Amino acid sequence: MSVTTVEPPAQKPTVRPQRKNRRPKSSGWWMPYALLAPAVMFVLAIQVLPMVIGICMSFIKLTKAFIANWGSAPAAGLANYSITVDFNSAVGKSLLSSFFVTCGFTVLVVGLSWMLGMAAAVVLQKQFWGRGFIRTLFLIPYALPVYAGIIAWKFMFQKDTGAINHFLFDNLHVGGEKPFWLIGDSSFVAMLIVAIWRLWPFAFLMLMAGLQSIPSEVYEASAVDGAKPWRQWRSITLPMLKPVNVVLILVMFLWTFNDFNTPYVLFGNSQPPAGDLIAFHIYNASFLTWNFGLGAAMSVLLLLFLLLVTGIYLIVVNRRSRRA
Amino acid sequence: MHETTGVKVFRVAVITVLAIFTAVPVYVMITSSMKPLRDVQGPFTWWPSEITLAPFVDMWTTVPLASYFINSVMVASAATILSLIIAVFASYAMSRYKFFGRSIFSTTILSTQMFPGVLFLLPLFLIFVNINAATGIQLVGTMGGLIITYLTFSLPFSIWMLAGYFDGIPHELDEAAKVDGCGPVGALVRVVLPAARPGLIAVAIFSFMTSWGEVLFASVMTTEANRTLAVGLQLYSTQSDVYWNQIMAASLVVSIPIVVAFLLLQRNFVAGLTAGGVK
Amino acid sequence: MTIRTLTAAAAIAALALATAACGSPSSSSSQNSEGGKTLTYWASNTGTSLDHDKEVLTPQLKKFEEKTGIKVDLEVIGWNDLQTRIQTAVTSGQAPDVVNIGNTWASSLQSTGAFLPMDEDAMKAVGGSDKFLEAALETAGAPGQVPTSLPLYGMVYGLYYNKAMFAEAGLQPPKTYEEMVSAAKKLTKGGQFGLSLRAGSYSTNAHFAFLNSAQNGAELFDADGKPTFASDGVVAGVKRYLDLMQSEKVVKPSDVQVDSGQGVHEFAAGKVPMILGATIDSAILADGMKAEEYGVVPYPAPAGAKDIASFPAGINLSVFKNTKNKDGALKFVEFMTSSETQTALNDKFGTLPVLKGAKPTFLADTEKAKVLLDIYATQSKPLPLVAAEDQFESTVGKAMTQLFSKVASGSTVNEEEIRGVLETAQQQVAASAG
Repeated sequence: MSVTTVEPPAQKPTVRPQRKNRRPKSSGWWMPYALLAPAVMFVLAIQVLPMVIGICMSFIKLTKAFIANWGSAPAAGLANYSITVDFNSAVGKSLLSSFFVTCGFTVLVVGLSWMLGMAAAVVLQKQFWGRGFIRTLFLIPYALPVYAGIIAWKFMFQKDTGAINHFLFDNLHVGGEKPFWLIGDSSFVAMLIVAIWRLWPFAFLMLMAGLQSIPSEVYEASAVDGAKPWRQWRSITLPMLKPVNVVLILVMFLWTFNDFNTPYVLFGNSQPPAGDLIAFHIYNASFLTWNFGLGAAMSVLLLLFLLLVTGIYLIVVNRRSRRA
Repeated sequence: MHETTGVKVFRVAVITVLAIFTAVPVYVMITSSMKPLRDVQGPFTWWPSEITLAPFVDMWTTVPLASYFINSVMVASAATILSLIIAVFASYAMSRYKFFGRSIFSTTILSTQMFPGVLFLLPLFLIFVNINAATGIQLVGTMGGLIITYLTFSLPFSIWMLAGYFDGIPHELDEAAKVDGCGPVGALVRVVLPAARPGLIAVAIFSFMTSWGEVLFASVMTTEANRTLAVGLQLYSTQSDVYWNQIMAASLVVSIPIVVAFLLLQRNFVAGLTAGGVK
Repeated sequence: MTIRTLTAAAAIAALALATAACGSPSSSSSQNSEGGKTLTYWASNTGTSLDHDKEVLTPQLKKFEEKTGIKVDLEVIGWNDLQTRIQTAVTSGQAPDVVNIGNTWASSLQSTGAFLPMDEDAMKAVGGSDKFLEAALETAGAPGQVPTSLPLYGMVYGLYYNKAMFAEAGLQPPKTYEEMVSAAKKLTKGGQFGLSLRAGSYSTNAHFAFLNSAQNGAELFDADGKPTFASDGVVAGVKRYLDLMQSEKVVKPSDVQVDSGQGVHEFAAGKVPMILGATIDSAILADGMKAEEYGVVPYPAPAGAKDIASFPAGINLSVFKNTKNKDGALKFVEFMTSSETQTALNDKFGTLPVLKGAKPTFLADTEKAKVLLDIYATQSKPLPLVAAEDQFESTVGKAMTQLFSKVASGSTVNEEEIRGVLETAQQQVAASAG
């Protein structure tokens, strides 16, 4: 993947400016737009436009009877939404419980992944023998294709043939019945472990990169002042990593909240209520019952929620940094 | 600088716990891939009762893995190259120009991370179908559709990371190039890109991994002709038996290229992050 | 219209890029093939594996090509994907010409209006409706409407048992539910369980919710097509099925993780003496058990209950309405349902004939084929032929999987809880149908 591959299409948008102006800053106001155009086009066509159509879908009664011919689907007004948020009805109730499961899941996954990533990054900050190897090892879960990692865990979580129960009951001799991990309430724990396993190396990677940009003199200076490691971490590492953390936590939150792969690969078609993450719930609501209008309404609500949380988060973070 | 015992204990503890947590699934994957079928159908064992390479042979016939593998390679490579080209231009604009709409663009780009895939899956499928009807260009059931979808998925993160990386490259470099008679794109290609090599590699790895691992869109947009590994691997368990040993062998085989590439290039990845977005 | 222009522009640019960069990846997947020369056909997974299906079907498709000059592009799709694929095809209109469907979906899919109605002309083209067994034809769509599918393979549920294990325990094949339970109890010993269920498969669970309710004389939908899942007969039926694991304890708790298509292995290996399955003979044989080593009887009803052992299950063939090759598609349907092709396919797949007067021979095991065909013709009641049938399967089936999970992990599920769960399912179906 060398830089040369970049060249051929590069010529296209640039033929004119090259001829006309040597100094782009003064004129050629459209230059940045030309550079951005391909990216904008793709994002519009592949993400924004479908999104808008999806939002429109939430206002029509797009059930099985109309799916072959969208034009004929009657307007539903807010009917899809009112079914969705009627928490006394079965649909609303199950959506709400899925929402709470997802919230709990997200907080735990993001929190624990961040802690593990931070611990590993701090511990590997200093040079020692075998550091490169350990770092490589830690990154493996992130490098593995999503499904490959989850499938390995799925095998380990099997009741009678899996490694987890074997370890707990045959090696450690924990008493009692071997539990099911992929059904019932323990499926939440299983899903949590898998998600953290996959996500924490990303936190580790980002934080490690962040730590490398903190000059070591800062630590030396504070060590001279007699600061203990914990103090150092609190007063130097954490504040210096703030820009990384702001983005890292936000991105991890969004990825985890929208996580579809983990429950999909882990549970297949029969998701237990405790493993019913919201993206998976909406997928099932749309594709299993053919009610795409309802599914779209749920997705829109999810999107609004994420927008709200992100907005508040960014405002809070920015305000704090202004005060500081 | 000496370390206190507390720090040492903490370090050893963290490394041990995390190493076990990380390595056990990988270990299980490797050993199980060398087990005979009866081993994976009976109670779990940490070591195969006999080591066999049969799963690695059988897995190609249980499921046409080879063709899925080739599809995945083609889709992921094409998406990576295209996404890299597009991201380079966009990030260069973000890094070197002040222009109207800059913040709108960056907000939109970042907010796409929020879009629930399930919401735009069906509409996107529909758009592809309409394009087909209007222009005759086949996007569903071909690699083209998957390629443009995946390249878009990796764009936001790539642009964000590369723009940060470009920021770290002194503007004087471009200016010097421009004085030598290069246009802005000439400066980008001749001066900025070579200097941004680690960042480019990091972005390429990221894009490749995104495409290689995507499941949801692949499950709807692929047919037999363009099925990728993400979907293909699941076919092992729709058989009347679950061939866990073959599943593990196949998982291993599809993981090796990407894991090796990632681990070889991880220094670039970290360097790209350090100099780039993470600042 | 700006949006459309924009999309088109974006798409063209994108494609130009894509093709430039990777040397035209657009392989030749011809969906909805144009002209009279080819047909696209999606087959379901009927045999023991997707490859097996391809092996069995290819020679027949060759024969069809020789006969008519029409080439058939075959894709075999697993059950987990088939429904999603059909949905996206229906939604987008980008569909194959001919597709296999689970016959329980017939009326659901009919209500989408995306499939070619088999009116008189079409029926004539495929050889007339008279050629089909009545029980089979009943599954082709909602009553009183022009069907949009035609029967292809017939299947029924049966209780498969291991002859040697029965003989050893001095047991006769059960004729009633009570006999089945007592036989299973006798055979449940020393880590072995008497009966195996696919309790992790939501569709199998839904099927047995239906069968047990039907034995109780309960209906799942009332005359207006409104769901009545929470009625006493259904609750009792569901409980009876759950109790096989819960109070009778003749089913292994980990069967809750056995999904469709799985579980046969244990039976064939002689680890479990009885298993409930729908024409699973080819899978049993493929697993190495010999035909004379096992027998099959109808799934027994409790003494005094209605004698319903199965529903006419199976696979139907549908033609997409927007096919560009309607004549070819109908010719293909005619070919697939002709007695010659039927004999060949049923023999290889171990499925039942759907044609009148066809001999029930499959896998060279006439005796079992006859038992199964009897069940099909005389002891079967069709699943509700309403548009919401698929939603019954997904909601009630999944609810039962959850109940099984509870039982398996040691909690008790009482009648009240079952009723509550079924009420939820009922509301869900009503909400999306309404």
